[in-house]
Amino acid sequence: MQLSVWTYEGPPHVGAMRVATAMEGMHYILHAPQGDTYADLLFTMIERRGKRPPVTYTTFQARDLGKDTAQLFQDAARDAIARFNPQAIMVGASCTAELIQDDPAGLAEAMQLDCPVIPLELPSYQRKENWGAAETFYQVVRRLADQTIRPRGQARKLANILGPAALGFRHRDDLVEVRKLLDALDVEVNCVAPLGASPAHIARIGAADFNVVLYPEIAGEAACWLEKTFAQPTVGSVPIGVGATREFIAEIAALAGVDPAPALGDNSSRMPWWSRSVDSTYLTGKRVFVFGDATHAVAAARIAQDELGFEVCGLGCYNREFARELREAAALYGVEPLITDDHLAVEEAIAAASPELVLGTQMERHIAKRLGLPCAVISAPVHVQDFPARHSPQMGFEGANVIFDSWVHPLVMGLEEHLLTMFREDFEFSDGAGASHLHAHSPSAHSPASSPAPEPMIAEAAEPGSQWTDEAERELRKIPFFVRGKARRNTELYAAEQGRDAIDLATLYDAKAHHAR
Amino acid sequence: MTAAAASLTSGASHAPVLRERGRREVFCGLTGIVWLHRKMQDAFFLVVGSRTCAHLLQSAAGVMIFAEPRFATAIIEERDLAGMVDCQDELNRVVDRLLERRPEIRTLFLVGSCPSEVIKLDLAKAAQRLGTKHMPRVRILNYSGSGIETTFTEGEDACLAALVPEMPALEFGSPTQLLLVGALPDIVEDQFLRLFAELGIERVGVLPARNLADLPAIGPDMRYLLAQPFLTETSLALEDRGATRLDALFPFGAEGTTDWLHAAAQAFDVDEMHFKRVVAPGRERAKRAIEHSRERLEGKRISFLPDSQLEVPLARFLSNELGMVPVEVGTPYLHRQHNARELALLPDTVRLSEGQDVDRQLDRLRADRPDLTVCGLGLANPLEAEGFTTKWSIELVFSPIHGFEQAGDLAELFARPLRRRDMLKV
Repeated sequence: MQLSVWTYEGPPHVGAMRVATAMEGMHYILHAPQGDTYADLLFTMIERRGKRPPVTYTTFQARDLGKDTAQLFQDAARDAIARFNPQAIMVGASCTAELIQDDPAGLAEAMQLDCPVIPLELPSYQRKENWGAAETFYQVVRRLADQTIRPRGQARKLANILGPAALGFRHRDDLVEVRKLLDALDVEVNCVAPLGASPAHIARIGAADFNVVLYPEIAGEAACWLEKTFAQPTVGSVPIGVGATREFIAEIAALAGVDPAPALGDNSSRMPWWSRSVDSTYLTGKRVFVFGDATHAVAAARIAQDELGFEVCGLGCYNREFARELREAAALYGVEPLITDDHLAVEEAIAAASPELVLGTQMERHIAKRLGLPCAVISAPVHVQDFPARHSPQMGFEGANVIFDSWVHPLVMGLEEHLLTMFREDFEFSDGAGASHLHAHSPSAHSPASSPAPEPMIAEAAEPGSQWTDEAERELRKIPFFVRGKARRNTELYAAEQGRDAIDLATLYDAKAHHAR
Repeated sequence: MTAAAASLTSGASHAPVLRERGRREVFCGLTGIVWLHRKMQDAFFLVVGSRTCAHLLQSAAGVMIFAEPRFATAIIEERDLAGMVDCQDELNRVVDRLLERRPEIRTLFLVGSCPSEVIKLDLAKAAQRLGTKHMPRVRILNYSGSGIETTFTEGEDACLAALVPEMPALEFGSPTQLLLVGALPDIVEDQFLRLFAELGIERVGVLPARNLADLPAIGPDMRYLLAQPFLTETSLALEDRGATRLDALFPFGAEGTTDWLHAAAQAFDVDEMHFKRVVAPGRERAKRAIEHSRERLEGKRISFLPDSQLEVPLARFLSNELGMVPVEVGTPYLHRQHNARELALLPDTVRLSEGQDVDRQLDRLRADRPDLTVCGLGLANPLEAEGFTTKWSIELVFSPIHGFEQAGDLAELFARPLRRRDMLKV
């Protein structure tokens, strides 16, 4: 048993729901107890869909246990087909139904339905949401793809875009950007799946000359099978960031035999200039901690270092399936890879790294808040505010613009940072005045003279029996809170290296000189 | 209130109830943990279940997850199922670790889920074993919040029923005492306790108490008032210990609250004039506050999809005090006896339904086309997109809605979606 308060991923049948909900003309018959319908509201509330997910739950109860549940399943399947008239159905079990062993696949087969049935085996006690989505999409493609169709092979190339799903972080807008890139390269789109695809679309998936996999977590398995079955090559690079987008364009151009220039020359990309402009100089070397799903985390680390000039001080992911990719990336930045789905371990790692910016999921947003650190969201799981009404892709050149804005905003802007340092003794900028002097009507409850303002946790990391002398500790408190954690860490590191027992004023300033850049 | 008492056989008392079985769009009882853990400040809720259970709690609890909440899930893994480890040993390990980390916990609830029940993991035995081990610091109890046993608010019922055997015995021959049953927001509970004190009813206990260390005593000299309509098992457990239920409307709106207080006043021989004097100011305030929403709600047709068992008393409030017309009132479970007064006050034209076959119920809803539909979050946006105006029902469980001072807020919860619908020009 694993003790858990917060999980980065839901159970695998939620992954299957994400595929079913993304598609048209598909229906999912889920053998599940009463209550599992809670998952509907992820789609109707977080993603704000105006339709119920195409999922029929058998919702069995205690009194149904025994033979009855198999009958319930078949009734539910029959009713759902009569009511929704789907082109194909998926059948499977949630965690509880897996234990009562009703075998939805066998039950559905025995019914001899006249629409294709895709049986799903999703081991709920071993696997999680992303794996469930990948396996489901693979089974859908495998079962529905018409194998007599072969790649078109004409001069104008045809591509499938694979991976966008329901409840995906910015999938809707990424798709718009990627379509723009393919248009510029004069590559035609055969099928986008699972988002918006019907079983009829999936049947024709073999006609494409190659596959563009936007989210390997969801479409990796299916793309592998398509590569083997239809000899469709897979475009492996994920176009998040300017550099990655250029590589993506080059890779597609090579596959399609076209000139990459029209797509590369896209001047809607403001990010490189924004990053070079002098106002961005203060971003140099800012320590950033990156955590999320592997694809977004690896892409974010590259942008952070190569395109914004940050220093990556931590990199991790919660999906074990992509641990190898993440380890390779972590090696590039010389950091220890963090592969865990335990949010307490992530919190510890962030506190230990004392970054100046955290890039992560909804969970890291809250960790950062507790630690008093700026943060931006780069990956699912996310809350409702990260399914915005406005166009906000992560992919392509527009995605890079969006990323620049959303990562830089939480940081104290350059000029502001200088002012804060210059006037740090000024009453308005003291710790007691809070984060912004605009909140003039809700002054801090503490009077600056009597008690210090609530400190971010990092700054309070000093344990009892600390080596800091009172005088040095007081001096440290004069440093603005957002760099104080780094100063403390650097000084302690320096003291340890030098074998100094006590940290006094001299050690503090020696360390400052030592670490000066 | 006398009118209510006199008309016990009229209204919808004998209306047929459409009993449906089929696909249900409801929460399981685990969801109750989200508000129960806020109420019981020294308790911790440990769900023994799957990743799905953890995911449900996380989806239902929203931002509470990020404060250090007093609930968690012990997720059953492959190793537990394959017999590679003994589930009971694993549970020992998890509980020991938890209690070590959270020394402030005085009561630990082991909460059963669908998976734990299907694999027949005996949580009663585990609670007993662990209870012995951690005595006297921590009391360990168990109940089921599984979807196969409980629907949404029935989780609170199961939890409180598990507390009843823990209540100390009221000494034989004690003066008659009053017990309020049902977790209410602190502010509402305090208002009620003030009113009882003014009425001269002095010995009043609450279940659940804010600190479970202070559970009230129970015995034959105890009269109890249900503050919530979903407390069937708790009620049985209390009566097993000799307590007597006071029959009343549930305390929603000016009339409901008056009737509820009156039941206690009568049982404790409070002078009728004194009762009126004490209740009058609150009752007047409630009526004035409700008036603000009347214009918006009067004559509007409303349907309830089943969710919390609050549907019947709320339909009574909206119909009697705001002039709404209930079309279909669906409830996951209808307790005839506890709701007898409520049913008598509903118009006999109402369609009562118990249980659910969601698609058929939606067909009826589409045929009825009520002005306002009360339903869960899984259905609300899809119905809005079809042109229905909805009020999401979960808010009715999380918000303070009982008593005089909240009557206006309760009416406003129903008026707001209609006002918004009329306001928007997009």
